[in-house]
Amino acid sequence: MTAETAPLLCLLMVAAYLAGAAGALAPLGPRLTRIVAAAGAIGGAVAGTVLATVVLVGGRPLVVTVPALLSVGGGLALRLDGLGAFFLILVGVVAAPAALYGVGYTAAYQGRYSLRWLGAMLNLFLLTMSLVVLADNALTFLLTWEAMSLTSYFLVMTEHERADTVAAGSWYLAMTHVGLALILTAFVLLIPPDGGASFAELRGAAATASPALRGLVFVLAVLGFGGKAGLVPLHVWLPRAHPAAPSHVSALMSGVMVKLGVYGILRLALDLLGVGPAWWGALLIGLGAASALIGVLYALMEDDLKRLLAYSTVENVGLVFIGVGAGLLFVSLREPAAAVLALAAALYHAVNHGVFKGLLFLGAGSVAHATGSRDMNRLGGLIRTLPWTAACFLVGALSIGGLPPFNGFVSEWLLFQSLLPAIGSTAPLVAPVMTLAVGALALTAGLAAAAFVKAFGITFLALPRSAEAGAAHEAPLTMRLAMVILAVLCALLGLGAALILPVLGGIVAGHAGLPRLAPPLTAGPLLLPPGGAASMSPSLVAIGLLLAMGGAWLAVRLLAARGLRVGETWGCGRLGQTPRMEYTSTAYAEPLRRVFAELYRPTEDLAIEVHPESRYFVQSIAYRSEIVPWFERYLYAPLVGRIAAWAARARVIQSGSAHAYLAYLVVALLALLAISLAWSG
Amino acid sequence: MESWAIEVAQAALVLGLAPGLVGVVRWLKARLQSRRGAPPWQPYYELRKLFGKEVVVSRNASWLFRLAPYVVFASTAAAACLVPALAVERPLDGVGDLLVVVYLLLLATVFLALAGLDPGSAFGGMGSSREMTVAALAEPTVALAIFALALSAGSTNLGQIVARTLGDPAAALSPGHLLAFAALFIVMLAESGRLPVDNPGTHLELTMIHEAMVLEYSGRYLALIEWAAALKLLLFFALLGNLFVPWGVAVAAEPGALALALASLVVKLAVIAIVVALLETRVAKLRLFRVPELLSVSFVLALLAVTSSFLAR
Amino acid sequence: MLFSKIFRTGLATEPLAGDAAAITVARELEGRTRRLLGRALAIREVDAGSCNGCELEIAGLGGPVYDSERFGIHFVASPRHADLLLVTGPVTRNMEVPLRKTWEATPAPKLVVAVGDCARTCGVFRGSYAVVGSVDRVVPVDVFVDGCPPEPADILRGILTALDRQAER
Repeated sequence: MTAETAPLLCLLMVAAYLAGAAGALAPLGPRLTRIVAAAGAIGGAVAGTVLATVVLVGGRPLVVTVPALLSVGGGLALRLDGLGAFFLILVGVVAAPAALYGVGYTAAYQGRYSLRWLGAMLNLFLLTMSLVVLADNALTFLLTWEAMSLTSYFLVMTEHERADTVAAGSWYLAMTHVGLALILTAFVLLIPPDGGASFAELRGAAATASPALRGLVFVLAVLGFGGKAGLVPLHVWLPRAHPAAPSHVSALMSGVMVKLGVYGILRLALDLLGVGPAWWGALLIGLGAASALIGVLYALMEDDLKRLLAYSTVENVGLVFIGVGAGLLFVSLREPAAAVLALAAALYHAVNHGVFKGLLFLGAGSVAHATGSRDMNRLGGLIRTLPWTAACFLVGALSIGGLPPFNGFVSEWLLFQSLLPAIGSTAPLVAPVMTLAVGALALTAGLAAAAFVKAFGITFLALPRSAEAGAAHEAPLTMRLAMVILAVLCALLGLGAALILPVLGGIVAGHAGLPRLAPPLTAGPLLLPPGGAASMSPSLVAIGLLLAMGGAWLAVRLLAARGLRVGETWGCGRLGQTPRMEYTSTAYAEPLRRVFAELYRPTEDLAIEVHPESRYFVQSIAYRSEIVPWFERYLYAPLVGRIAAWAARARVIQSGSAHAYLAYLVVALLALLAISLAWSG
Repeated sequence: MESWAIEVAQAALVLGLAPGLVGVVRWLKARLQSRRGAPPWQPYYELRKLFGKEVVVSRNASWLFRLAPYVVFASTAAAACLVPALAVERPLDGVGDLLVVVYLLLLATVFLALAGLDPGSAFGGMGSSREMTVAALAEPTVALAIFALALSAGSTNLGQIVARTLGDPAAALSPGHLLAFAALFIVMLAESGRLPVDNPGTHLELTMIHEAMVLEYSGRYLALIEWAAALKLLLFFALLGNLFVPWGVAVAAEPGALALALASLVVKLAVIAIVVALLETRVAKLRLFRVPELLSVSFVLALLAVTSSFLAR
Repeated sequence: MLFSKIFRTGLATEPLAGDAAAITVARELEGRTRRLLGRALAIREVDAGSCNGCELEIAGLGGPVYDSERFGIHFVASPRHADLLLVTGPVTRNMEVPLRKTWEATPAPKLVVAVGDCARTCGVFRGSYAVVGSVDRVVPVDVFVDGCPPEPADILRGILTALDRQAER
């Protein structure tokens, strides 16, 4: 396919999404509505992925402008370069399986929630996400960004009858609009007084702007986009909103939408602002390390499967930001090879996280679909009743735990390696920052492995802990197929690393003073980070693992005794085994809860009821343990309280009279005119 | 061709030597307890016996329980292929660096932890939870110690680190190296389930970590897991010996150099085994909730190692 | 301090109380275990209701004086790892099911050695409402070791006899 087909593909993508949305709203039967909505989404996702591939392979960006639309802000301007194409592929790769999954998953919504609304919003959500990465001027970007936020808000609100969904939606709506205000300010500050707001013009304006202004824009962008990405301390909405949405939407929000926050920062910092001072990178590394650690620490304590996954998104976004931060740091230190590696590692982790987090959310959705519960303390034993889901979830858990030979391992290895070139640097800031980053990265990796052993082990292994878990059934074909596709992608992204890494290097090359041609990052099957002499080959490691396993199996088969007997679980001869004897999710995390007691400040409440005759006959024991939600309690609660107090005071001017309100409008208009006159005069 | 022969020979040697190393540590400990003890080759007898026995599998266990021993063994064996036990110039040196070794061992730990949960026994869950706690807390120390080594060697590839120290003997005595050695030594005790973190000789379920996870295993599955555990111990010993005191490791693939490498490997393993045996005789097992303190000591040591490597540049 | 003491003490292991016959027993035991179970015997101890007299003697087996480990015998925590069950005491009602479950949990080939008079006759506990009976009423016993309590050397001899029986089978 040649580059000439690009505009056509772009049109096809937009048309497919719009057709999917329109078809979903059309008066069809519920089954057909589900299928039409998914078909539109899959068509759009495939077209988008092909479009992005064409742009990446052809090396020529796609440019589409429609000046008539949105004429105020310079018209609707779309441009797809390598960076955008990468994120468009990420959207497509997760969106297609998620939409397929939705066909089976939303069957249960029939008669309870509006399938039409859900299908239409899903298509519009995917369309706006795709357009965000295509936007080429400030207005197009901001409009699509806001449309993306709103459609995802409506998707979060799908199960609107539940009280926690409504609360989650309010958190999300508030946080995302604070973020929008910050992003808007960042763009407005960059727009030259006498110029337009196209990205090319912004680029030019940024080059001549004062360092203070560039710094301010950067900080505003980090806060605005970081909120969307779930950077600590702006992450509080994420573990609420992502689990509240239907599972295939959770997969899209956690896997893809948070990455668009990363895209926003990359677009602004790397593309528009260009080379920045070293503290930009250091700031991102610090925020990334904090997010990674806090995310994984809260994920560990979570008993709700989907909330655990959402906290782990905070963690993984932190890891991506460590890579982005290291990249920006190396850019400002003029070490292009190291910068390319770090940024490529960040992008690699971004796409990997999209795939395995999407897979894990779909798996959690199957569990909820089969048992009606997300509370791990009520699950267990699902590996027997949900074999496909269990196998796919295991692949996702191994990937996210950074274990060889899956994709998470490759990108975490690359992140480690991208921090090593700091050795050559003599800049004062580098040593402490990099040491901190390596320590945080490693602690995060270990804790993430523990969290996902817990997530998989408690949910799928041992005996079912409740009747619903015992009566579970495997998910329908569409859901299984979607999970298998993503699980295979997890393996391919790991094994094919030597083919993928140079592409990622090519995407970041050329931005912000980096050379047009990326340094060679691979040699044959080996990943070969520039500068350092370290090397690794995930495909050869996988072959070695398989050979060793096959060899061991064959040797045991040929030489060892064959006898196998099925018996009871050994429990020191106790009379019978019940699920009550098993370790629970809470119990599993108990040692780490104690180790990090300074952070969690766990409160424990033990209520024992005894028989009236003797205190030695216990009738019931109730144990509750809660951990302190630091950010909610000490950061957001006072803030929300303060705002509520001010709002109450502002109520004085709300008389309820239309005349008064009209008067306010006139006063405000006059004031604005006066200001603009004073500004330009 | 020749280098591949060395590669195969080295893997076979490491696999074959591992049970013997456990036997030596046990024999040394018996002597220190004024006992005659089993001969060092006792673990070979035990493995042969276990391979010949019937397997009893819990009714509640799934396919994962029967897959896990193979994954545990394979990932430890794969890690063993990457560690330079005898020679530096090896075709497999580029396939994985020190981080890959660490992650392969983590893969084994994760599967063992999952297998501990699978039969639904309370002991298995307990062991699994504790093992993952210790593994998670040991991880940053390992990474920082690797970072400290990489700072002076300019690479995380094992061959490169060994070659670098061989070329600059003074580096072996630099504070960065010594501190990283101390940190990795503590982590080795934790990761391979030795005192004071875990007691390999305990029979009391409530004090177990590693043993509690494998309580359900029998016969050939147990043999694979025990062998893998022995291999892990040998890998840590060989890493401590060859990365920090690399003399003796063959640089060229000549018979003389290889014989010397074999002799020096045996001496290094013996020395570390004696140190571990003495230590295990001297110290008592720590309470589980004191273990993180020990691990944070090792973390601080590793942090100091990185800092001093930075300063020494 | 500790190590100088260890050094001064030297080896405390006795050649089985100096009794020439006992030494032969030990040698034979070594030979048999080698042939039968690869010279490695893992024992799981089950207290089915003993007064703990036998346990004291069994604990002596692992100590420096008797040091059963030199014969390749060691005690394990789980019957899954065991080749031989060492059962003590009369089987009480509460321990009947656990004893049977332990036997079922042990992979084949497996042996049972019942240690002490109580294990065969229930001793002073015979007829008690809390006692089911001798060990062989619950699980098949290969060898009874008499004595109240039997000496560690007798227990070793009992284990050897059990291994003999296994060989004849």
